[in-house]
Amino acid sequence: MTDNGQLTGTFRVKSGMAQMLKGGVIMDVVNAEQARIAEEAGAVAVMALERVPADIRADGGVARMSDPEMIVGIQEAVGIPVMAKARIGHFVEAQVLEALEVDYIDESEVLTPADEAHHIDKQAFGVPFVCGATNLGEALRRIGEGAAMIRSKGEAGTGNVVEAVRHMRAITGGIRKLTVMSKEELMAEAKELRAPYDLVKWVAENGRLPVVLFTAGGLATPADAALMMQLGADGVFVGSGIFKSGDPARRADAIVKATTNFRDARAVAEASKGLGETMVGREMGDLSEGEKLATRGW
Amino acid sequence: MAGNEETTQPRRVTARKSDRETEGPKKIGVLALQGDVREHVEILKKLGVESVEVRDVEDLTGLAGLIVPGGESTTIGKIMVESGLLDGVRSFFYKGGPVWGTCAGMVLAASATTGTRQPLLGLMNALVERNGFGRQVHSFEKELEIEGFEEPFVGVFIRAPFFEDVGPGVEVMGKVDGRVVAARGENILVTAFHPELTDDIRFHEYFVREVCGL
Repeated sequence: MTDNGQLTGTFRVKSGMAQMLKGGVIMDVVNAEQARIAEEAGAVAVMALERVPADIRADGGVARMSDPEMIVGIQEAVGIPVMAKARIGHFVEAQVLEALEVDYIDESEVLTPADEAHHIDKQAFGVPFVCGATNLGEALRRIGEGAAMIRSKGEAGTGNVVEAVRHMRAITGGIRKLTVMSKEELMAEAKELRAPYDLVKWVAENGRLPVVLFTAGGLATPADAALMMQLGADGVFVGSGIFKSGDPARRADAIVKATTNFRDARAVAEASKGLGETMVGREMGDLSEGEKLATRGW
Repeated sequence: MAGNEETTQPRRVTARKSDRETEGPKKIGVLALQGDVREHVEILKKLGVESVEVRDVEDLTGLAGLIVPGGESTTIGKIMVESGLLDGVRSFFYKGGPVWGTCAGMVLAASATTGTRQPLLGLMNALVERNGFGRQVHSFEKELEIEGFEEPFVGVFIRAPFFEDVGPGVEVMGKVDGRVVAARGENILVTAFHPELTDDIRFHEYFVREVCGL
C-alpha cells in the first residue's frame, strides 16, 4: 500500500507501534472523561469500549463492537493511541474500526464471537491487531494470521489474576522449551502446538515471540501488574480493575508506577498505599464453563 | 545552544568531553522508563558500544551520551517529572552531555509543542507537532535523503511527530514533504523515525561517533 510514495501498513510499522507501548499500561475506558483520567495517569493507550468486562459479565447477552460515536469522542479527547475491540471473526466490525482510524484493533474474546471456526485475516488490514492467547500455539496461530501484538487472555472482568498468570507462564514456558529443542524436534513440536513451522523455528532461534507480548485479564492491583511484568510481560492491559475500583485516578496512577518500577518492591509498596476499594473479585471455581471467556477463540 | 552559523552542511562537532571524563569504557545510556529500549540496546551492542539502562538520575553519571527512545511522550514525560529525570537529563545536556531523541524522544527534546501541554525537556529550539503524520493507519516507511549520509536511509515513522518550525542553532538533516524529521544541534540529535527498528546501524554510528565523539 503506498500513499505519497510512503509505504503504509507494513508489518514493521504495525509491530513497531506495539514496541512503542512496551513498559506501559493500556486502560479500558467507556467515555471521554475516563480516557482523560487514563492519559493523565500516564497510560500509553486506551481501549475504548461500551462496557468494561465486569459489566459485560454482569449484563449477559451479546457483546459487540462499541458505538463509533463513543470511539470518536474518545479519539478527540486524548492524544495517546486509541484501541477498540472487534468480535472474533467479525471482519466487518474490524473494517469499521479501521475506517474510524483506531490505532489498534483487539480481536477480543471479551466480546461474543461472530465466527466459531475462523479468526479475522489480519494481514488484509492496514491497521494492526492485538489478539489474546492462552498458550504458545494459540499465540503463534494469531501471529500467523497477522496479529502484530499478543496479550494473555486471563479471565477478563474477574479481578482475579490467576488465569493471566497461567497463560503467561504457558507462553513463556513454551518459548523456553523451544529454545533447547533440536531441529528435528521442532517440526514435531510445531505439530503439537498446531502452529506455523516458520514461526516455531523463529521463536526457537530468538527465544521470544516475534511481536510484543502484553498481559491482560483480571489484573486489579499494582502488585498484579508488577507480578505480570516479572513473569515476562512487555506491558499490561487493565480492564475493569481501574474504573470499577473506589478511586480510579489514583489506582490508574499507582498501576502505572508499579509497571514502570516492577522490579523495585519498595516502589510497588509505595504505589499500593491507600488506594481505597479494589474491584470485587471472582473465584474461578465459581464461574461456570459458559462464563469463561478465555475458552473463546481457536 | 552555541553556534548558529548559517551552514547547510552538518558541522562535525565533537561534543565537549571534559565534564564527562571518567575512568573505564565509555557507555551510552538509554532512558528506560517506557518504550522501545531493547531495540536501541541491541544496535549499540552491534556497534560494540556498552549501554546502560537509565532509570534514575544517578544512572546518568559518567555517560558519554543518552538516547531517549520511542514510546508515548506523555507517559515518559510524566515519569521523568516524578523521578527527577526531567531536570536530571536537562542538567546532563547543559553540561555538554550528548542526547539523541527518537520519535517520542524528539517530542520531548523540543522547546514547545503545538498541541496540549505536556512536560518537555526543551533541549532544542523547535516547535513540534505531535502525531503530525496522523494516526497509526498513516504510519509509514520511506527512503530518506539524510544530510551527511551517502546512501538513503529507510525511515520507519510510527504516529510520528515533525518539527513545524526550527530556530537558530538547529541544523535540518532530513525532511518528508517539507517537514523536518531529522535535525541536530551541537550536542543534540533528533529523528522523528525509528532507526532502532531497522537493521541499519548508520544513525546509531553517527550519534556515537559524530555527536558523542567516541
